Amino acid sequence: MTLLEQFQLWLGGIWPGWAAYIVPGIVGIVIVLAFVVVTVIVFIWYERRLLGRFQIRLGPNRLGPEGIFQPIATALKILLKEDIVPAKGDKVIHWLAPVIVFVPVLMVFAVVPFGEGAILTDLNVGIVYVVAISSVSTVGIYMAGWASNNKYALIAALRTVAQMVSYELPVVLAILGVVLMAGSMSMTQIVASQNLPFILLQPLGFVIFFLGTVAEMNRSPFDLLEADSEIVAGYHIEYSGMKFAMFYLGEYGHALAYACIISTLFLGGWQGPLLPPVIWFLIKVVAVFSVIVWMRATLPRLRVDQLMAFAWKGLLPMAIINLFIIAAEVLWLPEIMPWIIVAMNFIFAGALIVLWSKLFTLGGGRVEV
Amino acid sequence: MAIRTEPFILNMGPQHPSTHGVFRMRVTLDGEVVVDLEPVIGYLHRGIEKLGETRTYTQIIPLTDRLDYVASMTNNFAYVLAVEKLAGIEIPERAEYLRIIMAETMRISSHLMAVGFFLNDLGAMMTPVLYMWREREKLLDLYEMVCGQRLTYNYMRIGGVSQDVPEEFMPAMKKWVAEMPRFIDEYDQLLAQNEILLARTKGVCILPRDTAINIAASGPVLRASGVKWDLRKADPYSIYARFDFEVPVGTVGDNYDRYWVRMQEARQSIRILEQAIAQLPEGEVCAKVPHLLRPPVGEVYGHIEAPKGELGFYLVSDNSIAPYRFHIRPPTLINLTALKDMVIGWKVADLIITFGSIDVCLGEIDR
Repeated sequence: MTLLEQFQLWLGGIWPGWAAYIVPGIVGIVIVLAFVVVTVIVFIWYERRLLGRFQIRLGPNRLGPEGIFQPIATALKILLKEDIVPAKGDKVIHWLAPVIVFVPVLMVFAVVPFGEGAILTDLNVGIVYVVAISSVSTVGIYMAGWASNNKYALIAALRTVAQMVSYELPVVLAILGVVLMAGSMSMTQIVASQNLPFILLQPLGFVIFFLGTVAEMNRSPFDLLEADSEIVAGYHIEYSGMKFAMFYLGEYGHALAYACIISTLFLGGWQGPLLPPVIWFLIKVVAVFSVIVWMRATLPRLRVDQLMAFAWKGLLPMAIINLFIIAAEVLWLPEIMPWIIVAMNFIFAGALIVLWSKLFTLGGGRVEV
Repeated sequence: MAIRTEPFILNMGPQHPSTHGVFRMRVTLDGEVVVDLEPVIGYLHRGIEKLGETRTYTQIIPLTDRLDYVASMTNNFAYVLAVEKLAGIEIPERAEYLRIIMAETMRISSHLMAVGFFLNDLGAMMTPVLYMWREREKLLDLYEMVCGQRLTYNYMRIGGVSQDVPEEFMPAMKKWVAEMPRFIDEYDQLLAQNEILLARTKGVCILPRDTAINIAASGPVLRASGVKWDLRKADPYSIYARFDFEVPVGTVGDNYDRYWVRMQEARQSIRILEQAIAQLPEGEVCAKVPHLLRPPVGEVYGHIEAPKGELGFYLVSDNSIAPYRFHIRPPTLINLTALKDMVIGWKVADLIITFGSIDVCLGEIDR
């Protein structure tokens, strides 16, 4: 039973039924919303500071201790900007797009387990819900690109659809491996079944899922949507003020959401010794996010055809093979020592990655015109 | 059934993060593929050539600083060499060596920036640039010691250099030269093994050897295409004949070769610097040249191997205090003409990095 349900039961003893049903829901939503917004603001500061360290500079360090208030100043600045709508843009869609990008990101947090029972709603198809709802953002980005009536934005919009559709497949296949091993799609059950974190049991699945989600959240080296050296800012080139802030929040919210999902699926979620569960969960989320920032600070960007080739020729076949391996292990070796599976899967993962790096090279790409 | 599509025109620049200034490209795109490209220049035109005709020979030196502002001392160098050739001025040994030291450090600094921004165009979010700038910053401190400036130096004079270097300069320079190979190794390790960098640059946007020669390309762009042509070897000006160094040459002429040639040239520049610092003689740093120089009637073309290619100054004298005609051959303007041939059929992203690999400086394209 989740904490929220316990709260509902307790309140039901004092208040009339309908209030006992609605009030805890609102309280939970407010807590999660506050958590997301505060964490996103902290993450913005954290990324800028960390990026500064990677780039042998300091990063923002003036406002408040260690520059912690810099994101607030940035937010204020953004709020005060004039809201510009392109004269020949589609005004309704232009207005709607940031909402459609931001809201699904918030909805993902409904099924993120922050601790034992600390989950807004423990859906029995939690992970499917995550996959489904997070894809909706793609529509928002496409709408933004289309409604801006800008060629850069249009290129970005078309890149988005191609990229999202391609990377959804390996991600879902990698999730299937987790679901097979956990025997449930509920996020709480998945965490509870990880006596050994799935990153050890399915290293290849973790790599595929991690790369796929980095592509889904448009982070470097897959940040083709906003590739500022090519298409300037991509889909949000024509956005300013609060609408731009929505995209910005949405982007970091996406990163936070996927960091949460990765921690839940592969790093054992809230489980950990000594410290309280929520602290363990946050440590894992920050660790995942740090790796993402590290990649952003280090890697150049892929080209659009290489990006597609990487998804279809690289990740997807590997994800299918990974799924078959996991399925076979679950079917034929259910009672075996987990450490033997760990050793086997690490060998499989190493062999497959080496094989693919030999077989499959990115490059080429000239088109006769 | 094939879907009917039509190409569209995209105006890249003059306000665009990767145009290295105010360059504009009218690109015709078929989806992501570049079908046609028309460069549009002139947004930074300041009329330097015409201004030069109304200034004395010495007053033109600060104007040349504003050409390729990333490596402005080499511009000074090319100009004063041309004037000295026109007026037949001999310059002191120490000045020659100081000029070589400045020109070669400028080459390293320019190549560092070229490689850094090339990687920025590749999408490596400022990190390589800032690492390159770490070294360039130390160089700027050295230049500040020499002439008090960090961007437009105005250090060279007709007949030598404006002033001798201060005492603390040579130890600092020796330290920098001793440290630099380690940093170049570090960059090589970080960059040359990167799988994404190789995938993005190897075999991409090849400039064939014949095309490179036909468009009169020069500098790293030409040498990456496999032509061993370096004015320091081909037409040794100043005292380059005394130094022992190699001319690195690429094989294919793709973006990777252009990157590689620059890194190798930086290494060779360090070799020249080591020799020049060891051989640096004592003595005067500027010959006795009249304040209002009146070169004999005639014309001259003086050229040097600037970091970005062959930088030439064409001067016509009518025995007055100002040149009758003052013309500049900027290397990157001529290298830029290769851009269209290179990028047709490649993607937008390749267009951006190829433009970065030419290493243009709008200051000298538009002059």
